[in-house]
Amino acid sequence: MTTALTLAAQVRSGQRSAREVVEEALTAVAAGDTELNAFLTVLGDEARAQADAVDAAVAAGRDPGPLAGVPVALKDNLCLRGSPTTCGSKILEGWRPPYDATVVGSLRRAGAIAIGKTNMDEFAMGSSTENSAYGPTRNPRHTGKVPGGSSGGSAAAVAAGFAPLGLGSDTGGSIRQPAALCGVVGMKPTYGRVSRYGLVAFASSLDQIGPFATTVEDAALLFDVLAGYDPLDSTSLPSIPEPTLASVHGGADGIRVGLCRDLVDGCAPDVVARVQQAAEALAGAGATVEEISVPEFAYGLSAYYLIAPAEASSNLARYDGVRYGLRVDGEDVAAMNTATRTAGFGAEVKRRVMLGTYALSAGYYDAYYAQAQRVRTLVMQAFDRAYESVDVLLGATAPTTAFDLGAKVDDPMAMYMNDVCTIPSNLSGHPAISVPFGTGDDGLPVGVQVMAPALGEATLLRLARVVEAHAPQGAGS
Amino acid sequence: MSPDDESAPGRVTLSPDDVRHVARLARLDLSDDEVELFTAQLRTVLDHAADVAALDLAHLEPSSHPIALHNVLRPDEPRPSLDRDEVLAVAPDVEDHQFRVPRIGGEAP
Repeated sequence: MTTALTLAAQVRSGQRSAREVVEEALTAVAAGDTELNAFLTVLGDEARAQADAVDAAVAAGRDPGPLAGVPVALKDNLCLRGSPTTCGSKILEGWRPPYDATVVGSLRRAGAIAIGKTNMDEFAMGSSTENSAYGPTRNPRHTGKVPGGSSGGSAAAVAAGFAPLGLGSDTGGSIRQPAALCGVVGMKPTYGRVSRYGLVAFASSLDQIGPFATTVEDAALLFDVLAGYDPLDSTSLPSIPEPTLASVHGGADGIRVGLCRDLVDGCAPDVVARVQQAAEALAGAGATVEEISVPEFAYGLSAYYLIAPAEASSNLARYDGVRYGLRVDGEDVAAMNTATRTAGFGAEVKRRVMLGTYALSAGYYDAYYAQAQRVRTLVMQAFDRAYESVDVLLGATAPTTAFDLGAKVDDPMAMYMNDVCTIPSNLSGHPAISVPFGTGDDGLPVGVQVMAPALGEATLLRLARVVEAHAPQGAGS
Repeated sequence: MSPDDESAPGRVTLSPDDVRHVARLARLDLSDDEVELFTAQLRTVLDHAADVAALDLAHLEPSSHPIALHNVLRPDEPRPSLDRDEVLAVAPDVEDHQFRVPRIGGEAP
């Protein structure tokens, strides 16, 4: 499909109209999404009106922005004023936020066109998009397989060619894992680099918004539009972001790559082989590649599945039937709260809310929650040590290629294991990216993951571009 | 909720009553079948977390965030906020520009 970079250049130069580009995207969604279920809401009229505004700007000689006329798929946990925002949950069915997420405003100013809101695991809790209250999304590469999750709708929309760009959120791998399973690029930026204002909270110390794209260049283009300080997010970093697109073709020369055994060894043999191949390609392209072990990563999964549910149990207390969303009546407030939450939340959300409540409860707080936070310190220190000898870490994104729909939905622990390679960078807040790199034995896409230290997006994207350039031809290309 | 003395340090046996208690705290109503299912599933997760619970990490400070947090202040000057009517328009029940809820106390007013 045509990249965002090319589309924007065509629209900016008047070669194509934004309206034509958007009509094409909407036609593709209408034709193909009945089967995939990537979108929960398609924003036809809004997208057309916005496209016309971009075309008017071009006609008037005004700068229509770096993403002029480029269709974007938005995960349904990003607030778009006046449009349904469900988070894949029944408890928010029909809710229309009275404000825009900061990233939605950034996209609009850049000339991008939001064409719809995408399916997701309820409140971003899941790794397959099967936990959506609105039915699962299917993987465009093989419709019997899951697209990964929780941002499975955005990953599928980009992989299916509905839009060249998508936005997701990544709390434990929810951008990178579906990107790997669908054969697209997905990146989690440094915590604080992209404003979370208007992102419906799951686990606030871990959540980060980031781009999906078909190429690393497009991911850099979109990241540059999203990044920046926002006074409306108190965790937003005040640093002036350095644009990454300009340096994305800088090559791998002299970059020290640590092939991280702990992000490879537990994975399926066909995935391991691809990561190995990517390491060799990087060495061939001028990087120094050494094997490195960060054994502390092994504790990341357990720590994450205490910290994230603990934060979620607190964040999701707001769904009480009082101010917005579903209300199921009860004889008093407590009964109304309970009836609303019982009817509105799905099984996985209930599991995590209870797990988090348990981890925070008297007698278990120290043993579970505080201990998990100490593990977080341990993992952060381990990253710092690793980055004394290497510039980036290389590993797998997900332990396997896409699995069958229904295969893990009744076994939460098996589902959680999908996140084992992605969780460490959420605990540390560091940036990481998944790049498609050939296929597994089943012909399905494999993603290779690159991790960098905080604010290391420029180096991360540069290295990712080299990985992409050496990717074997296959489902991911 | 009592630690299981016979297993590894930090390992606990989550009982169906624990799950009922936690569900009540979280304002969730569970059927008996759900209690049984969630007890088994949450036990699996807590068993996995026993690796973390067993580590000796007393020398480390807990981290609540990946970055150092500090208070963010702005000048105390009035500025526009969300439109009240627009906010109340998405509420389940409203009266006199306020959120209306069922009675709060145990007795009828």
